[in-house]
Formats: sequence, structure tokens, C-alpha cells
Amino acid sequence: MPFNKVVLNAKEACSDINDGATLLLGGFGLCGIPENCISELVKKGIKNLTCISNNAGVDDFGLGLLLYKKQIKKMISSYVGENEEFERQMLSGELEVELIPQGTLATRCLASGYGMPAVFTPAGVGTEVASGKEVRNFNGKNYLMEYAFDADFAIVKAWKGDPMGNLVFRATSRNFNPLMAMAGKITIAEVENLVPLGELNPDEIHTPGIYVHRIFQGKHFEKRIEQRTVRTR
Amino acid sequence: MAIDKTGIAKRIAQEVKDASYVNLGIGIPTLVANYIPKDRDVVLQSENGLLGMGPFPYEGEEDADLINAGKQTITTLPGSAFFDSAMSFGMIRAQKVDLTILGAMEVSENGDIANWKVPGKLVKGMGGAMDLVASAKNIIVAMQHCDKAGNSKLLSRCSLPLTGVRCVKKIVTDLAVLEVRDGAFHLLERAPGVSVEEIVSKTAGKLVVPAEVPEMNIT
Repeated sequence: MPFNKVVLNAKEACSDINDGATLLLGGFGLCGIPENCISELVKKGIKNLTCISNNAGVDDFGLGLLLYKKQIKKMISSYVGENEEFERQMLSGELEVELIPQGTLATRCLASGYGMPAVFTPAGVGTEVASGKEVRNFNGKNYLMEYAFDADFAIVKAWKGDPMGNLVFRATSRNFNPLMAMAGKITIAEVENLVPLGELNPDEIHTPGIYVHRIFQGKHFEKRIEQRTVRTR
Repeated sequence: MAIDKTGIAKRIAQEVKDASYVNLGIGIPTLVANYIPKDRDVVLQSENGLLGMGPFPYEGEEDADLINAGKQTITTLPGSAFFDSAMSFGMIRAQKVDLTILGAMEVSENGDIANWKVPGKLVKGMGGAMDLVASAKNIIVAMQHCDKAGNSKLLSRCSLPLTGVRCVKKIVTDLAVLEVRDGAFHLLERAPGVSVEEIVSKTAGKLVVPAEVPEMNIT
């Protein structure tokens, strides 16, 4: 079956990710992050990574694990408030950081997956985010030109997937995952449930398998909750 | 007397119109959801990918896959919808969201807002705030009138890096309700028992004070 994209595990999926790679990593906070692949990248010990991800994890989970081992050279994120080690490395200059608006981050992934070199957005006009960027006026309003991402690998986490790489996400763990899945030169998907071909309803697929190159059944998902908030009965 | 965070949230809740889509920022804005009048039908947008945000789950029913933009566990409601982050900011950019309520470190008299960075000290990032303020039809800021050191947060020009320019329409603080237009803060209401003089003394930017300034009605 030429379209069988199933690999054994995170180790095989990440085997050709090397020092200096640029990675798109799905997730919002700790919700919908590719836990298996992050663990594998930590284990591999590769360095000088450029990581594009909305957040940087927390001190002891998610991308925080890669930061702690100083494997990340540059982070491109929108919000990094929950990670002390991140803040320390950034303020000391050890870590290069580019903070960009969340919608810009999402749309630069979308542009990449849609084959568009750039998009125009009003986010950041008149702020330091606009520095060095082309400004265009449409209908009386200013917009910044933002380029599509050009990343070596996209690493995403899905709820369900099939051997052809079709993906279905669950609830708000969808977030950046389908966008980043579209934007990688090589896209790796780790899934909670790898189901047989034909089991996913074509009407309900969020990411068509054409965007996905490798897929595997993830193990031991911790799915840590960052802010557990409840109400009383 | 100055009102507390709950008071600010209660006052802002009065601004939320029936049949509207509303995005609430982190902090005081999140509290607004608790005080929206029961007769108003409001759909809350959470920019991580949900329309129709419900209350926190009951203990034991938390779902790691279901959180809001503040990373808190939440629930859905009948009619809720999930979507990816590009669509989320697409609907914000296309002005489908009627009202944005967010916090601020500083606001200037021309409506500029700063809320994402204190150079050399605190760098949390802008998250979705820059997208929201650049596109929102209506922006209400919820904040304290002064910072912890007692300095006014309502300035002629923001001193901190900007989040957006000329975008804030209204501000509700612990002392006052103000409208931002024509390059000035316009005092609309004062907190119960707070004098106009106190508000004048604690507002560094240009402030227009009408002859009569009613007290906020917070119940």
C-alpha cells in the first residue's frame, strides 16, 4: 500500500530531524501538544532548533523540556508567560525569541499550507511588531505583510488518524494542529487512536492525509491540565 | 470608594448587548461572564478555538482537551462550535466578533493600548491581543486606574511598547467609566463615593469632565 504512512513510533518518525532544524509544533498551552515527539527530541539531544509554537510549555512539560536541556536556539511564539526558564533564557540572551501575534502565527501556517507566499494583517500595525515589515493600505486601513512559514518539519497531535494520514482533532486541542500539519515540508502526526483505513467518515476529516507524511499511534499521553478550574455542584 | 475587580466586571457586563458575540481577555474580563444580565443572549468566543464557552466543569468532569484562552478547563453549551486558530482569528479580523473586553497596563488619550511587555522585566507576549485590538469593532478596557506604585495608567502617550493604536473605545476602572474619543478621555461615571477631583488627580492624560458626573450603578 503506497499510501501507508504508518511508522512504528516517535523514534522512527523523528529519525531524520537533526541539529539546526526548524520545527512547527502544534498545541495551545499544553492542550494538543505532540508529547511523544517532544520526549523523543529531548532523548535525541539534537540542538540549535528553531521552534515555532504558540507557547513554550511550562517548566517541566511540553517544550519546557527542550528549553531546559538548552536544545532550542530560537523560539517563535505568541505567548510565553507560564515558563520561568524561558523567561530567564530570554532575558539573559541565551535564547533568541521572536514574539508574534497569535492570529499572525496561525495565518502564516495557513498561507504556507495554501501555497500563498504572504498575507496581510492589521495585527501589530503601529507597534514594534511592524518593524522592518512592508505596510500596505487597503480601503483606508494599514496592514502588515507577513510571510508564510518555511519549516522543515511540522509535528502535530491528533485525536484520530488513519494509515493514509487523515486526521481528526478533538475539542480545543485542534487549535494550531491542522494549520501546522499543512505547513511542514515533512509533517509528522502522533495520534491517540490510529484507526483502520475506512473507519473515518470522509465528511468529518479535519486534515486530509495529503498534508501528512508520517503517522503513529502515540503512547502514554499525559494530557496535563495547566489550569484546573471547576465549579461546585 | 473605589470598586473592586468584581465591581469593574459588573459594570462592564452592563455594556454587553443582547445577541452579541463577545471575546473576553484574561483576568478581570473573564469575570464579566458571571454578571451578564440573564435576559441577554451572549455567545462567548475563546480565541483558542471555541464559540459558546460554558462555565467551568464540575469537579471530576474536567477535560484536558477543552480549555479557554486562559488555559482554564471549561465546558461547551448547546450550539457550541470548535474551530482551528486561523478561523478563530479570521472571524476576529473579519469583525464577526462584536465586542472585545481586555486588560491593559496603559491606555493613552488617543486610544492606544499597551499590555504585553515591560522591556527588560516582563515579557509574556501579546497572545491574541494584537489581533483583537487591530480588528475589533468595539473595545472596552478593564483595569485599575493607577498601577501599584500609584502612577496613573491613563496617559497622554503610552510609555510601554504598544499593543495597538487608536483602538480603545471605553475604559472601566476601579474609579471611573471613561469614553475615549477626539484625543481625550471623557469622564462618564464615577465609582460610588469617588470624587471627580480624585479622578482628575489620578488621570495623567487629557480628561474632559462634564458638569454632572453620575455615580456608577452597580447592583
